[in-house]
Amino acid sequence: MAVAVQGAPKERSREREERPGLVQRLKLSYSKYWYAYAMVAPVVIVLGVLVGYPLVNGLYLTLTDANSLNSARQIGVKHIPASYHFIGLHNYADVLWGPGSYDRFWSHFVWTIAWTVICVTVTFALGLGLALLMNQKLRGRGLYRMLLILPWAVPTFVTVFSWRLMLADGGAVNALLGSVGLPEPSWLADPLAQKAAAILVNTWVGVPFMMVSLLGGLQAIPGELYEAAEMDGASPWQRFVNVTMPGLRSVSSTVLLLGVIWTFNQFVVLFVLFGNNAPDTQILVTWAYYLGFGQQPRDYAQSATYGVLLLSILIVFTTFYRRWLARNEEASR
Amino acid sequence: MTTPRTQRRRGEASPLAAALSHGVLIVASLVALLPVAYIAYISLGPDKMDYLHPGAILSKATFANYTKVIFHTDFFTWFANSAIVAGGTTIFGVLVSATTGYAVSRMRFAGHRQLMWTLLVTQMFPIAVLIVPLYTILSDLKLLDGYLGLILVYAGTTVPYCAWLLKGYFDTIPVEIDEAGRVDGLSPFGTFWRLVLPLARPGLAVAAFYSFLTAWGELAYASTFMLSSGKYTLAVGLQTFVSQYESQWNLMAATSVLIALPAAGFFYLVQRHLVSGLTAGAAKS
Repeated sequence: MAVAVQGAPKERSREREERPGLVQRLKLSYSKYWYAYAMVAPVVIVLGVLVGYPLVNGLYLTLTDANSLNSARQIGVKHIPASYHFIGLHNYADVLWGPGSYDRFWSHFVWTIAWTVICVTVTFALGLGLALLMNQKLRGRGLYRMLLILPWAVPTFVTVFSWRLMLADGGAVNALLGSVGLPEPSWLADPLAQKAAAILVNTWVGVPFMMVSLLGGLQAIPGELYEAAEMDGASPWQRFVNVTMPGLRSVSSTVLLLGVIWTFNQFVVLFVLFGNNAPDTQILVTWAYYLGFGQQPRDYAQSATYGVLLLSILIVFTTFYRRWLARNEEASR
Repeated sequence: MTTPRTQRRRGEASPLAAALSHGVLIVASLVALLPVAYIAYISLGPDKMDYLHPGAILSKATFANYTKVIFHTDFFTWFANSAIVAGGTTIFGVLVSATTGYAVSRMRFAGHRQLMWTLLVTQMFPIAVLIVPLYTILSDLKLLDGYLGLILVYAGTTVPYCAWLLKGYFDTIPVEIDEAGRVDGLSPFGTFWRLVLPLARPGLAVAAFYSFLTAWGELAYASTFMLSSGKYTLAVGLQTFVSQYESQWNLMAATSVLIALPAAGFFYLVQRHLVSGLTAGAAKS
């Protein structure tokens, strides 16, 4: 995509900079841009090879009937060439409105959207609440901060694995619920409880990042703004709405966007928590992984089709989100 | 301070509010720590079903699980593999994203906007669309089942975010510093290396932490691209425990703790930089 665009204007733009002018200026600008391209080159090359090319290749796969039985492969010393065929847009048609498309795609689609909205909303609200609490002059702030960020420091699959033990039948969570007389759902087996468990764990995993980012944003808001608001007799709520939230806008718009992207593509939480035992709780990403790598024969073409659809959804969302942000920015000026 | 004692300074909570805040933060800290502490506790139970009656562990706590994992499994091989891959990703990824972030922060070269936008878009790539073609590419380049391939793949996933993060951080470093460097006869790269990088330490620390953690705990790519058990990373090795030892949760818990330790150590080193490193730029731009 834009990776390819990146390489092309290199020569042209450098020439454009060398328009007649002060010799000094020209020299500086030449060396400046030369260095700029040299500094960016590794990223462009790495992303071009590892993201750009695979994307094109993946797009092509979606137009074929490739699976693990007809792809090129090596059995011992014998090389078997690929024998899959070009079938046009058949995969997309099949995924979106083929037989059983509701159960295969749309039900996962609805759950993925619900999952993303719920997780990001809850994570953001909790992260903001905790950041506000920690932005006060409290004794032991540093300690709280360290304890609360700790979940972020442990690899996700380790903590999710711990949650799996705690949520198991007869595990710590149900023992606790049982001791106060609450029902003990089967977190890892019952479809509805699975969804609740997934949201719970993902929220727990995501709050630290939100909290630290928002805390940084809060600390960057100048104290004078609050003093001025207080002088004008603003209530704490008014100060929150009129000083804190606008002051946080750039941080919160970034973390919300990243939150949506990361939650939408969350893999480890669902994969480690349930393995393949939760057909209803699979979001589109884990479902696509299952199609491509979790079954035999592996259906590469369908898996890639899901991937392209996922990517399209995210790109459409991000485009609208950025436009909406820009409009808001204009309106608030 | 000239303010009278009875009047609170801005940002200071009333005693009741402070008590409430402490209450909420203590509960939150407990919730944050519980799963980490829980797995460490379970890892002390010698029997594989001990997680079902955790109370019984207290009386028979032992480090037997750890000695078993360390001396009787492939733990050391996997640990070394993880260390090579995560270390390589961190060094390569941070270097590359720092130069990119700096170039975009300082130089208005043609295409810098598109580059940042491309970096954001690569964040959105679900593994499902990349994993099959990546498998083919690595296989063609003979990089399958090797460290370099996995390092490059991980760098491809961490660099976009790190470049964004560092670009924001470089934006907060005054341009006058670069100009002073140029006046003293340093090349643009010299300015970057000698003057700007040392100032950007908090940002670099966070980028390094993020890269390390991503590579250390990644599962999907590692389990697909590392084919022989001699090349497994810890995350993949841990998964094999489930079948190999018929769900010996005690051993898995002990392994988990051992996996978490280096990450926690890294976290301890960078934690005081986290807040400033993560948001210096975002708060300003």
